[in-house]
Amino acid sequence: MKYIVAAGALCVLGYTAVLPNQAIAAELEVEVPRLQVAAYHRPYVAIWVSDPRQQRVADVAVWYDVAMPDAEGEKWLPDMRQWWRRSGRTLYMPVDGVSGATRPVGKHRVALPDNLSAGEYIVHVEAARELGGREHIQIPFSVSADGSIQSQQQHAQGSSELGQVALIINQ
Amino acid sequence: MMMRLPTRVTQATLASALMLAMTLPAHAHRAWIVPQTTVVAGDSPMITLDAAISNDIFVSDYRAFNAAGLSAYDAEGNDLALENVHSGRFRTTFDLTLAAPGTYRVASASAGLSARWTNPDGSRGMFPGRGQSFNDAELEQAIPADADNLQISQVSRRIETFMTNGQPDFDVIEPTAQGLEMRYLTHPNDLYTQEDLVFQLLIDGEPAAGATVTLLRDGMKYRDQQDAIEVTTNAEGEMRFNLEQAGKYWLEARYQDEQAKAPATSRQGSYVVTLEVLGG
Repeated sequence: MKYIVAAGALCVLGYTAVLPNQAIAAELEVEVPRLQVAAYHRPYVAIWVSDPRQQRVADVAVWYDVAMPDAEGEKWLPDMRQWWRRSGRTLYMPVDGVSGATRPVGKHRVALPDNLSAGEYIVHVEAARELGGREHIQIPFSVSADGSIQSQQQHAQGSSELGQVALIINQ
Repeated sequence: MMMRLPTRVTQATLASALMLAMTLPAHAHRAWIVPQTTVVAGDSPMITLDAAISNDIFVSDYRAFNAAGLSAYDAEGNDLALENVHSGRFRTTFDLTLAAPGTYRVASASAGLSARWTNPDGSRGMFPGRGQSFNDAELEQAIPADADNLQISQVSRRIETFMTNGQPDFDVIEPTAQGLEMRYLTHPNDLYTQEDLVFQLLIDGEPAAGATVTLLRDGMKYRDQQDAIEVTTNAEGEMRFNLEQAGKYWLEARYQDEQAKAPATSRQGSYVVTLEVLGG
C-alpha cells in the first residue's frame, strides 16, 4: 500500500516537472507550516474545486494516513468537515489520483484540473490536525472560453494549520 | 378504545419511558441521549453515547437514564444492539457500531392513553399510576364509575438522537405518523452554523402548528444565562434556526390540541432530540 502511494506521488510530481506548460494550466502551492507544539502530527489536507455555490466540481488531493491497516486512517477524514460534507462522505476511499499520504512541513504543489469548462470556481484547501486545529482557505478563480485561468487573488495566508496558499497560473 | 402502538415500542420501553416521565418534576429535569460524536467514517466505526436526566444540559448531575428504555436502529431501520451498557448512578453509557454507511438512531419512545379524575371523596385518581406503563386495554376498568372531572389524554413522548456513517440518509429517519415526531428538512447530521436549519414537527403525521420549541446549547455551566432559543412552529409545523455557535444542542418541543380520538379529549406530545451543529 505504502509503495503504491509513494509511486503515485512520484508520478504526479514527475508529471508536473516535465510538462509544466502543456497540460496543466494551473497549480496550487500549499504550505504545511512548521508548528511549535508538543505532539506534532502531520495535518490531513483536502484540496478541491467547487463552483461559486459551494458545490463540488472536482477533488484535487486528499492527504491522510492512507497506509494505516484496516482503513483506520479514514476515521479522521470527517474532521475536514467542509470537504467531508461537499465530497468525502460520498466517496469510497482511497481515490486514485486524489488520495495520498500526509505531507511534511514545507511547500507542496498539486495540479488543478485542466478540463474545467468556462466559468467561476473556488479552489479550497482545508487542513485538520490531530490534537490541533482546523483551517479552511478559499481562492476564487475563473476559466475563460479558451481555457485560460484568471484570478484576482492568487495568494492567501493561513493563520494556524496552513501557511501560504498560492494559485500558480502557467501561461 | 385501543390505540395502536408503534411496533418497535416494546413493553419494556413503555414502562421505563413512562417511569421517567412520571416521576420527574416537569420543569427542571431534562432527559437526553448524547453521542460523543455524530459523523464518522472508516471500517465499522464505533460511537460512545451517554444517556441521563439532568438539570444542566449534557452534564450528568441527577440520575441515569433507564437502559431498558433505549432502542437503537441501524442504517436500514432494523434493531441494533447496544454494546458495553453500563448504568451508574448519574448516567448510562453504551457504544454502537455503525457497521454500514447511513444514518442511525437511538430513541426512547412511548405512546398511550392517560386518565385523570376526581374521586367522590375528593382525592385525585390517575391511570396509569406513577411508574406504570401505558395500558390502554385496562384503562376503562381502572376508572371508577363515579369518577368526576374525568380527562383522558392521548399522550406520546419521544427522546432521540442521530448519528451518520458517511453520507446522511433521509429515508430511514422519515416519520412514522405516530405521536409527536420531527421531519428533518435539514438532515440532523448535516447542521452547520450560519445556515438555515429547517425542521417540521408532526403530530400523528399532520403538521403540529403552534408547538413550543426550546433550543439549549451545551456548556450552560460556563455562561451566566441559559441563552435558550424559544420558537413556535408555524402553520406547517415548521421551525427555522440560524445558529451563530457550533456545539451540541438540546431541542425540546411540546404540543397539545383537542383533536384526540375518543375517549381521549386532548392530544399531548413531547419530543426531545440532541443535535450537533458544526462550524461552517
